[in-house]
Parts: sequence; C-alpha cells; structure tokens
Amino acid sequence: MTELLRLDAVACIRGDRLLFENLSLVLSRGDALWLRGPNGAGKSSLIRLAAGLLRAAAGTVERRQRIALIDEASALDAELPLRRALDFWARVDTVDGHAVDRAMDEMALAPLAEVPVSMLSTGQRKRAAMVRVIASGAPIWLLDEPANGMDDAAQTRLVAAIAKHRSNGGAVLLASHFALGIPDLAELDMGALA
Amino acid sequence: MTALIALFWRDLRRAWGSGALWLPVLFFLLVATAFPFAVGPDAPLLRRAGGGMVWVAALLAALLPIDRLVRPDKDAGVLDQLAVRGFADEVVAAVKITAHAIGFGLPLMIALLPASALLAQDAPRVELLATGIAIAIPALASLAVLSAALTANHKGGSAIGGLLVLPLAVPMLIFGAGMLDPSGRGAIKLLAATSLLLTVIGPFAAGAALRGLRE
Repeated sequence: MTELLRLDAVACIRGDRLLFENLSLVLSRGDALWLRGPNGAGKSSLIRLAAGLLRAAAGTVERRQRIALIDEASALDAELPLRRALDFWARVDTVDGHAVDRAMDEMALAPLAEVPVSMLSTGQRKRAAMVRVIASGAPIWLLDEPANGMDDAAQTRLVAAIAKHRSNGGAVLLASHFALGIPDLAELDMGALA
Repeated sequence: MTALIALFWRDLRRAWGSGALWLPVLFFLLVATAFPFAVGPDAPLLRRAGGGMVWVAALLAALLPIDRLVRPDKDAGVLDQLAVRGFADEVVAAVKITAHAIGFGLPLMIALLPASALLAQDAPRVELLATGIAIAIPALASLAVLSAALTANHKGGSAIGGLLVLPLAVPMLIFGAGMLDPSGRGAIKLLAATSLLLTVIGPFAAGAALRGLRE
C-alpha cells in the first residue's frame, strides 16, 4: 500500500471559528474516503486544505502525487465550446487530446463537445469538470460535491469512473452530503468532530 | 512551459476575443478627440499641451480593464485550479502581466498615431511619445494586474484599483511627459529606471496578492 495523501493532526480555522482540530487521515492507492456531515461542518475546507489551497492552522499535509480537484466552480471558460475549454486544461496538464476524448466518453459528453460552456446545465457542467479530473491523470482526486445537479445516469457514470480510478491505483477523497452508492467506502463523519 | 504558453494565449484570447480590449483604446482616442474641442484648435497650444495629454490618457486607459484581469478567473475557479497544479502565484502573475502588456500595449501603440495627429504632434514628438509609452507599457501592465489582484475580492474594485495605481504611476507620468521637453534629456533614463523597477516588483507583489485571495 503506497500512501498518496497524509494529513497529520491538522486544524482548520475559518474566520474566528475552529472547524476541526487534531484530524488525521491517510489515503493510499485504491482508497476512497467519504467526508460526510451537515452544511458548515468543514467538508469543503478539509478538501481545500488537502488541495493546498488553505493553510492548516496546525498539523501537516503531505501530498505525494499530483492532485485533481472539483469544487463549486467549474473553471471552464464560459464563452468557449466545451471541447476547447477542456483542451485548455489538457494543455496545462500536458496530456494529449485522446485522454480528453476517453474522459468525455466516460462521462457521455461527446455529443456536447461543440456546445458553449455557458449553455450547459449545472449537471452537465459537473460532468465536464469530472472530464477535466479524469483526463488530468492525477492519482489523487479531491471531489467536493461532484454529484450536485447530476441525474441518475450521470451519477452511475461518476461512480463507475471512481471505481475505475481506484482499480488503476488512484485514491479519492469525496465530500458529499449523501452517499453515492460507492462500494467499499470508508467514512469520516465531520459532524461528529465539531 | 507548454502550460505557461497555454495560459498566456488564454489571457490574450480573452482580452482580444471579448471586445473588452477595444474599450481602453477607444477611451484613449476619445480623450485625444475631446481635448482639441476643449482648448480650441490653436495648433501651437495643442502641440505644447497635447503630449502631456497623451500620457494622461494612456495612464487612465491602462486602468480601465482592471476588473476583468483577475476577478473573472478567481470567480471561475481558474486560479484555484492553477494553484492545485503547483503553479507559483508569482509565475501566474508574470504570465498575466505579459499577456496584458501585449494585449493592451500593442493596440495602444497603434492608437497613438491617430491620437498624436489629433493633438497636432509633429514627427519628432510622436517618436518621443512612442518610445516613452513603449517603455512604460510593461510597468503599466504590472500595476494594472497588481491592483486587479488586490481588489479581486471587492465589488466595484476597479475604482479602488485606480486609486491604488495612480500614485505609483505618477513618476512615469512626470518622466514620460518630461521627455517631450527640450531640456529633459535625462528623462528617458529615469523613465526606463522607474518602469524597470515597477516591472520587476510587479509579479512578486501581484503574486502575493493572488495568494492572499485564497485565505
């Protein structure tokens, strides 16, 4: 078991509020951990902390591999056709177009390749963000509410993509207020920490 | 490196594609057009005062696009995605400054010709103006991206941004307009030194501001 991500006794303060402290977790290859809990419990903050976007007030965060992140913003240029918006991130991640093709097939977005991002629905945008994550080839996935706005078919595809990623040796940290039906899923109840 | 080039082209495409770029240039030309109406068509007076007016107009035009430089990227999550990929904020800032210097500077240099004609500037003065503004453009782009990064968290940030940038740009205004004076021989060197200083500080200051946006 190779460790990909390790959080050691981290604490997070937002504003003047202590969200959590002394939180430790380890993600190894093939692992998936579900962060559950009510709104405001610190799920998103923990994801951002793991991504390096927030500094931990205490403790250490170690990332051994590249990271792919989904949060509430899709980071796709609204004025561009979907495919070109995704190609930008493929160039930034230095992966070739085939990786984007395969990921678009996985999330069933190929028919929407020429549609401007601004015309996509919330669920379609989440699927597009998922394509960016899959195509990046990063071993660590940090997914903050990835299924928001997704219909049942899209959620099934998301679950399948996560399963495939884990079988390929990737790890997933998932923040969601409902279980997605992912098999063999570890849980961390953020509500119990507060 | 390919990633940085992709980032650079994206900024340039967004600057030129949206049409937002032409606003500062149009503004620049508008000031040059309005000035003769205000002071009258007296050619010697226009020639004397017009050069300084070109500098003021160029400075104000550089401040106009501040609210589209950083804030849309922050709101769309693009800056977060770049940070997750390990890009240093200073590097992102440097790319943004380069893209803005080219995206805004090139059309400004072109608009300088009709503006000079409207303000009755003769050939040697146009040459001085073009040299001076070309020297100042990297520094103006640095200041614009810096204030855009500093104000990206505030609504109506561009107005505050203008107040932030204007005092820092005053030395360039003095030396740039000073170049036009026959006695101002050393002004070009002072202008170049000021511009260099601001251009070097820009990416680090703007990078720190980008980092601050995440806290």
